[in-house]
Amino acid sequence: MSAGPATVALPPAAPPAPRRQVLMGTALGCVAGTMLIGGMLAVWVLFRERVVDAGERFPLDYIIHEVATNVMLITLWALCLFAQWAVYAGNRGDRAHTALALGVTGIFALAYINAQAFVYAQMEVEIADEYYGALFYAMTGTMLAVVAIGLVYTVVAAFHSLSGRLRQTEVLSGLALYWYWTAAAYSAVWFVVYVTK
Amino acid sequence: MTTIDTHPDDSVAAASAGGATVPSFFTAAGDWATTTDHKKIGRLSTGFGMLVLLAAAIVALLLDVERLGDPGAFIDTGAQLQLIQMYRIGLVVGGIAPLALGLAVAVVPLQLGARQIAFPRVALTGFYAWLGGTALVMVSLGLNGGAGGGDADMVDLFLTGLGLAILGLCATAGSLGTTILTTRAPGMTMRRMPVFAWSSLIGAIATLLVLPVLFGVLVYLYVDHRLGSQANFMGVEGIGAWIGWAFTVPTVIVFAIPAVGFAAEQFSVAFKTRQPMRGVLFAGIALIGVTAYAGATQQFVHDVTFDTSGETFIRGAAPFVLFSGLPLLGVTVVLLLALVNAKDGARNNPSVRAPFVFGVLGLLLVGAGIAANFVEGITDLELVDPATNTATSFEEGATLLVVYGAALALLGGLVYWAPKLWGRLLADKQVLPLALLGALGTVLAGAPLIVAGFLDQIGGYPASQAEVDRIMTVADDADIWITLSLVGQGIMVLTLLAFAGLLLKPSDGREVDANPYGGQTVEWGTPSPAPDHNYEHVATVASAEPLFAARTADTADTDTAADTEGSAQ
Repeated sequence: MSAGPATVALPPAAPPAPRRQVLMGTALGCVAGTMLIGGMLAVWVLFRERVVDAGERFPLDYIIHEVATNVMLITLWALCLFAQWAVYAGNRGDRAHTALALGVTGIFALAYINAQAFVYAQMEVEIADEYYGALFYAMTGTMLAVVAIGLVYTVVAAFHSLSGRLRQTEVLSGLALYWYWTAAAYSAVWFVVYVTK
Repeated sequence: MTTIDTHPDDSVAAASAGGATVPSFFTAAGDWATTTDHKKIGRLSTGFGMLVLLAAAIVALLLDVERLGDPGAFIDTGAQLQLIQMYRIGLVVGGIAPLALGLAVAVVPLQLGARQIAFPRVALTGFYAWLGGTALVMVSLGLNGGAGGGDADMVDLFLTGLGLAILGLCATAGSLGTTILTTRAPGMTMRRMPVFAWSSLIGAIATLLVLPVLFGVLVYLYVDHRLGSQANFMGVEGIGAWIGWAFTVPTVIVFAIPAVGFAAEQFSVAFKTRQPMRGVLFAGIALIGVTAYAGATQQFVHDVTFDTSGETFIRGAAPFVLFSGLPLLGVTVVLLLALVNAKDGARNNPSVRAPFVFGVLGLLLVGAGIAANFVEGITDLELVDPATNTATSFEEGATLLVVYGAALALLGGLVYWAPKLWGRLLADKQVLPLALLGALGTVLAGAPLIVAGFLDQIGGYPASQAEVDRIMTVADDADIWITLSLVGQGIMVLTLLAFAGLLLKPSDGREVDANPYGGQTVEWGTPSPAPDHNYEHVATVASAEPLFAARTADTADTDTAADTEGSAQ
């Protein structure tokens, strides 16, 4: 059989090894999220600098309830522990512990959302406030959306893992990575928005 | 079985197509609308991207006509603000971004020896989000929205649409990046991946670095405009200042990176060589990616003045060199290695075909645009009007060189991979003139605006009617340059229309060779057009140019070819 330049063939290979697509996709999502949160914090710092340079206080009229915001931070880092527990239990094929870990992860995410709602209720920030309102709700609202996405991810991971693919822990690993990133992102938001103010 | 044998699935499809079960229009439309085939998703994206790019070029043409006449004589003065935004957003978010990402989505999995793209539904959703978002942006601009718009609801719709389009582009970039990082054929290390695939990875990551920053700004703007006091962001007139950086250099260079990779790859194909200093070439392309950071931090303009010395100069020069110099260094490296490649292959009876010409011209034009971006940062040249701190038309010229240059190279990519995507070979005599016409159009559209920038012709992304009035006023002695730019835009419109016509022209039904251009990467080992899942068997890759290696072995020993052929496919 003759083979011209256009018909040169390659030898077949063994089937490709399983790849960690979900984990990699989550990692790229976290990179994009870092730029989103980082960019928004940069804008926040810029406005804060302008207000402070003008000799005013930032924020002017609001008292930040630091206990609630600190608890939110602890909640997210504790949540990472439970997400990692789910990976560990999944690797061992332990369905009960995986379910428990994912359940607690979800409950902690809900606790974060509840705490954020508490902060909103206590601070009573006017969204139409001269310079602080829109900034505050845009920044914390975006962070809230990040946690809500994590909650949906947790539910999807629970369905995936508990419906017969327990030992395929790639989705659980991706979930854990997402929560680690969320905790890191909130740490930055917590420091800029609630600590340095 | 040889590599040009028909895939079994295709045989079934061909048999059914010839029988009574011809799919209806609605079945075919439904198949395309819900497809998870990366080739179809990529073709949808490139097709609609070309359409929006064409619309943007037409709007630019009309604006230039208005600019040269009496104010308001051709286009109502009140509509100019929205039309300029249609043009700038159409050029970047609507045009070059989906064109670059779409071609990469269509081709890169094939180049990697993969059967499918990672997260195909995410890629499809990304396309729909981009399409819907772009449509919302255009509708809102048509109804007095956009930056500086008079209808508050339409301004909100504009911000929402732009955010949606950006989310769509990010979703597509995420899917593409994951594909490149996880679905390469066995043996295809990062250094062995095709140059276009590498540049697509850099482009995808750069997109994920730069567009979320714009999305964050849009969130602020939306909340502030819809519900807030509008004190921070200066209301509708502040929107242009906050988002304008995304529709100009250096941000647009991000979307030109795959075009640079395609052009670099064409040198090896045309000159029948292995890519020399492959690692250096990859580093050069990655350096262009630094422009993502330049784009994301553009609100704090990186410029330098030579009118100072000591610490002041260094403080200005360091970020300038980092953000504007590194991308220029990157494209210079790519150009130099292309020359080395050409020198190495000069004795190989080079095959100069249409894709190569598209690629070379596109690379030179993108390089010129990146160089212009570098020059713009030199404050002493006063290319940003010091009185109003607004950009001159130099910025628009540089943007056009990058966008149209990249579009030209990407059109070359469509020509090159047409056998795999459409099962057609576009004749050189039909597309070569379009390459030359497109290059002429790009030079005429962009270069005169660069010259006009030195004549203090105002340009930039407008934030208010007052800025539009300055942009639409022709500076002294700049008439001829604006006229030339108008001619260039007209030529680009013709080029894009003619190219779309060629692609839409019914196929003559002739079978196409598996590797009509002498390609060296694995996608040329699968039949033309590529079957649904690309490969029956995934090939083992032991070289950066596997088909080149196999061909060399074939020349050295015909028995080797017979042996490999027997086990292929």
